[in-house]
Amino acid sequence: MATDKPVIVGNATGCLEVSTTVYPYTAWAVPWIHSAFENAAATITGVESAYRALRRKGIIKDEIRFAAFGGDGGTYDIGFQSLSGAIERGHQFVYVCLNNEAYMNTGIQRSGATWKGASTTTCPAGECIPGKKEYPKDLTKIIIAHELPYAAQASPHNWKDLIDKASKAFEIGGPAFINVVAPCPRGWRFDSAQTIQIARLAVETCIWPLYEYERGKWRLTGDSKRIAEGKKEKLPITDWLKSQGRFRHLLSDKWKHIVDEIQAEVDRKWEELRRLCAE
Amino acid sequence: MQTVAMNGDQAIAYAWKQINPDVVAAYPITPQTIIVEAFSEYVADGLVDTEFVCAESEHSALSLCIGAAAAGARTCTATASAGLAFMWEMLYIAASMRLPIVMAVANRALSGPINIHCDHSDAMGARDSGWLQMFSENAQEAYDNSIMAFKIAEHLDLRLPVMTNLDGFVTTHSLENLKLLEDEVVKGFVGEYKPIKPLLDYRNPVTYGPFDPPDFYFEHKYQQVAAMGRALKVIKQVSEDYAKTSGRYYDILEPYHVDDADFVVMAAGSTAGTLKGVVDELRAEGMKVGSLKLRVFRPFPANEIAKMLEGKKAVAILDRAVSFGAAGPIFPEVRSALYDSRDKPKLVNYIYGLGGRDVSMDELKSVYKALAKNQAELINYLGVRI
Ligand SMILES: Cc1ncc(C[n+]2csc(CCOP(=O)(O)OP(=O)(O)O)c2C)c(N)n1
Ligand code: SF4
Repeated sequence: MATDKPVIVGNATGCLEVSTTVYPYTAWAVPWIHSAFENAAATITGVESAYRALRRKGIIKDEIRFAAFGGDGGTYDIGFQSLSGAIERGHQFVYVCLNNEAYMNTGIQRSGATWKGASTTTCPAGECIPGKKEYPKDLTKIIIAHELPYAAQASPHNWKDLIDKASKAFEIGGPAFINVVAPCPRGWRFDSAQTIQIARLAVETCIWPLYEYERGKWRLTGDSKRIAEGKKEKLPITDWLKSQGRFRHLLSDKWKHIVDEIQAEVDRKWEELRRLCAE
Repeated sequence: MQTVAMNGDQAIAYAWKQINPDVVAAYPITPQTIIVEAFSEYVADGLVDTEFVCAESEHSALSLCIGAAAAGARTCTATASAGLAFMWEMLYIAASMRLPIVMAVANRALSGPINIHCDHSDAMGARDSGWLQMFSENAQEAYDNSIMAFKIAEHLDLRLPVMTNLDGFVTTHSLENLKLLEDEVVKGFVGEYKPIKPLLDYRNPVTYGPFDPPDFYFEHKYQQVAAMGRALKVIKQVSEDYAKTSGRYYDILEPYHVDDADFVVMAAGSTAGTLKGVVDELRAEGMKVGSLKLRVFRPFPANEIAKMLEGKKAVAILDRAVSFGAAGPIFPEVRSALYDSRDKPKLVNYIYGLGGRDVSMDELKSVYKALAKNQAELINYLGVRI
């Protein structure tokens, strides 16, 4: 949908990879490669390098596009170096982070994308510790600091916005990055029928704003744009926390101050993003 | 045929230039760095039309090669020591995807403490990863092996990655006179690269590296075992073809005065060259000695070794690496190769040259003398202050 050119896909180890390629089957109707957990960017840019070489030699004539998918573990953490290196080198590929905010393929362990207060199997909520102690790193902004041509945050509930961003990313002529919120019923503890509704809540509470960065310009999109323009209500973060079992413990009086801190942080980041997008 | 002075690293870069690979991925590490530096100059001067990618690590360099080779490109890279260790996970993946990647390894000690000089602990650590491993005695052989490696890796009976090893500094940095082939001869020998099921053939999509459950994984490993089983024959055949082209023949094993020898010392890499000089001198003194060069370590030419060493009085295996808690890595394999021989020689192990410790001709002579006097222990350490 996002491109009419042929696409070759690279994949990091993770839920998407194991659930779509159980040998001898494959769910992929396009050329697809998975080599390891930490190197989806390096692997797909190897494919792209081969393409450039073979085009220069006249062996390949068609235009082809390249995409890589990684989970947040494979992107924020272990795969960060290879992604950063590939972007710095300017390969033409679209990197998509499917961000379910934890290492889901190996259970539900914390990652650099896990939100403060979330209970995971390696940062469980207990009597003394209310889940993860730290805020997630803002990877989208870190990637934008590479001054690549295109980066965006997207959500599956607004598929039109997502496809528009993917189309731009494919045609931008250099590295592009799309961070997609990917609610995980298993790890976030909610009924899978709610998946899209949960993704919508992420945007409506401004914990996951929709925006894009295109050659130096920041722009809010979709519901985030409407919230910024006052055309849509910004929901309180408690709506988001209440929707998922991983935050359930926060709703007791004991941890009210944590909820307040999370709200303050979401507000601060939202205002900062609004400023960037207004400039 | 042109004769020029080059070091081992430059010789490899020159071979690659003549081959003009599609993709070269690079990350610097001494004593390999000259290879990618020299190659980058060929790129800068437009002498090759390779896609040259300076990766941000060895791990990514090999990951890039995996992507490129799966895409259908002729691909190579180079590394050493910590770089090879950092690639460990990807070595297995390259081999299991049956990608004919060529990698030059400038053998260097592993940390710690950090040391940049020659030993074989890096290559030996990679021995079970499914790569073919060839060792070069000198820069000429490093050049020749680099050309042959592409043909071996890409052979339809194999499709396996190949590591061309050369001794750090000893071979990588010393200037030698070497005979180069003409560009056209190299191109003709290596031939056009024909990829199998490349990713770039998007009209016929393939899935590389799926999740392999227990009901298939073992069979896939067995296919790698079977391919390895065909490799010695292919290496021999390519080496014979190369001899026709170049006039230089390299066998899997290179015996030197072994036929009538009572005492033989075996080594891989540059020390195999030094041993020849030692053999000459000892023969002049009237000792019946010989040496055996191990050119191919993976696959391990066990039967060939057994045939050559059967009936000798004593044999010393030199290992420029140690397997802590066991012996040197080559020794037990040679010993096991001779287990079924009727006329087994006494076999001893010498661990030597770790971290670039020089090995002199006198020291090597002392090994022969210890063999002759039946004075060697089972495991010995040559040139270390104990
Ligand atoms: C080097 C390495 N370390 C650890 C693993 C185990 N492992 C496989 S997938 C995974 C977690 C994946 O999490 P993420 O990237 O967030 O993707 P998700 O499955 O959540 O979509 C881990 C830890 C591995 N395959 N390789
Ligand atoms: S529900 Fe969660 S754990 Fe299950 S496949 Fe999807 S992302 Fe992975």
